[in-house]
Amino acid sequence: MTARRPTSRRAQRRREAALGYVLVAPALVVFAIFVFYPFAKNFELALYRNPPFPHLPRRYVGLDQAVDVLTSADFRESVWTTVVFAILSVPAGIFLGLALAVAAHRRLRGIGIYRTIFASTVTSSVAVASVIFGTLFNPVIGWIPALGFNPRPPVLENPDWALPAVALVSVWQNIGLSFIIMSAGLQAIPDELLEAAEIDGARPWRRFWRVTVPLMSPTIYFTIVVGSIFAFQAFGQIDLLTPSNQKLLGTNVLTYYIFSNLRERQDPGTAAVLAIALFAITLLLTLTQMRLLERRVHYAA
Amino acid sequence: MGRVAFEHVTKQFGDVTAVDDLTLDVEDREFLVLLGPSGCGKTTALRLLAGLEDPTDGTITIGERVVNDVAALDRDIAMVFQSYALYPHMTVRRNIEFPLRSRKVPEAERRELVSQAVATLGLAGLEDRRPAQLSGGQRQRVALARAIVRRPQVFLMDEPLSNLDATLRVQTRAELVELQRRLETTVVYVTHDQVEAMTMANRIAILDQGVLQQVGAPHDVYARPANLFVARFIGSPPMNTVTGTVAAGDDGDDASADPVVRVSGGRFELTAEQAKLLHDQGLVEVVVGVRPEHTELGPDGSVDAVVAVVELLGHEQHVICRLEDGGLVIARQADDRTPPDIGTPVRLAAEPARLHLFDPRSGRRIEG
Repeated sequence: MTARRPTSRRAQRRREAALGYVLVAPALVVFAIFVFYPFAKNFELALYRNPPFPHLPRRYVGLDQAVDVLTSADFRESVWTTVVFAILSVPAGIFLGLALAVAAHRRLRGIGIYRTIFASTVTSSVAVASVIFGTLFNPVIGWIPALGFNPRPPVLENPDWALPAVALVSVWQNIGLSFIIMSAGLQAIPDELLEAAEIDGARPWRRFWRVTVPLMSPTIYFTIVVGSIFAFQAFGQIDLLTPSNQKLLGTNVLTYYIFSNLRERQDPGTAAVLAIALFAITLLLTLTQMRLLERRVHYAA
Repeated sequence: MGRVAFEHVTKQFGDVTAVDDLTLDVEDREFLVLLGPSGCGKTTALRLLAGLEDPTDGTITIGERVVNDVAALDRDIAMVFQSYALYPHMTVRRNIEFPLRSRKVPEAERRELVSQAVATLGLAGLEDRRPAQLSGGQRQRVALARAIVRRPQVFLMDEPLSNLDATLRVQTRAELVELQRRLETTVVYVTHDQVEAMTMANRIAILDQGVLQQVGAPHDVYARPANLFVARFIGSPPMNTVTGTVAAGDDGDDASADPVVRVSGGRFELTAEQAKLLHDQGLVEVVVGVRPEHTELGPDGSVDAVVAVVELLGHEQHVICRLEDGGLVIARQADDRTPPDIGTPVRLAAEPARLHLFDPRSGRRIEG
């Protein structure tokens, strides 16, 4: 009996492992086709240079193409545009989401209606958001020019204003998600802590900065990381609102740069190099944020 | 100074009346316990005093000042929460310092006050820890330190001992009473635990369904409960209550002239004074209450019962007897008595002077 037990246990474990692989297999197949293969294929594409005219054979150039692309002024400019876009859109979205969450975190009659309104931007697609803001910015019929802000050339054709305008659409769109996440974070703070702070003599502003914000820090941290990733991957609003001349308008973010290389210039090699660069930048950014921010995050016991 | 007064205070949440026309004075330096079952309104009363809720009606006074329109942070009170409500992201020192920093107390004074509070509650050496790194008892002491550091007029405590284990609770109970004496401050203390109330309070205020039932010193409340609710709520094990009918003693088999209360399985004799009271109030039905320690088991008892359960607690025994109508009566005896066997018939007796009489309709105590 005792001598046989290890064998049977090992057999059982093997059987369990086999079952595990069977159960994971469907997900693995989907991932392999739609994630792992394209990911690997990108690296292959990056090693070949495409001729300027389509339908001619591509040429293996190793890392030459990557070096050319990554050292080009266009690439540097595009990275900078992306960074500016993120700086314009992420903090504002987080701040407004938090402010609205705090405002809606009260037991008032009808507050549910406001919560629904604040959260609603999450359900509208990029296309809808772009159409709304495209209309608002329209130099002839738009409300924003009508209210007095009407530069020449019009906002969405103006190199000074196109990027902030596109960032504004992102801010508006991110408010919903940011609001929902912040609201959940706020609800996780025990009421008693804020009541204790009130009795301890802390006025609302001090309660907010000394109790609410520190206890919200894991949530805020999460929103910064996710918001930054979203910002680096934003594409729809740029494509829809500034449909041409991104380089001149200063809205040539990395995603758009990849897209235009692939579609307009029929150059999958360059696009692949840029895609890998975007991946690396996003990964690096997230890792850095984890390192820097996590140290300042208070996880409640 | 630290006087507190509720005057006709009512608090409604929608259709629910949590506190109903509460009038209650708390003397300066008094340890007053608000006692009652969960949902009786005691915590709401405390929160009204703290300023965390606004009364629907009535006035609340702290010191010489009506505080109805004074924000919680300006009421000069401190509160210890059931969950302690320590700031998890701050060290022990920062937690204790928080009320001082909020009120912009200068740093030198702050340091002095914090070190006093730390010493008072024996927290030395723990100043740089966070709440998560402390035991339950230590957290509780940090919460107390945070409350006393500012020397407020009144301390409010909402079941501060309920998260401690039994041994620590008994110990902390005594420490809290000692602390209150030393600080010479007013304490309003909420609990559902009548043992805490009995052992700590100068006076107990008992609430049920938002209504104040009785206020008095622990012994008074125990010896002369104002109504059936208080009678059954105070005391462990609780007071035995049996409904019976008033009768003259000489009808039936007994020749005695003393009036009695006939109950299931027998009768309880009354004193002449008790009989007169019942007669004056024209009561035929009455609820008789007897404390378990005044319930005797013996051959000369007057109520028949059967032993249902015997609980041996070491220092005493609880003999739980079943009456003919199924009602239970508990007798409490010293541990040197031989416990009766389960199922044996016994006779219960109680001295007439030890009986509590209540009006079965209003539940009110019958007394002169």
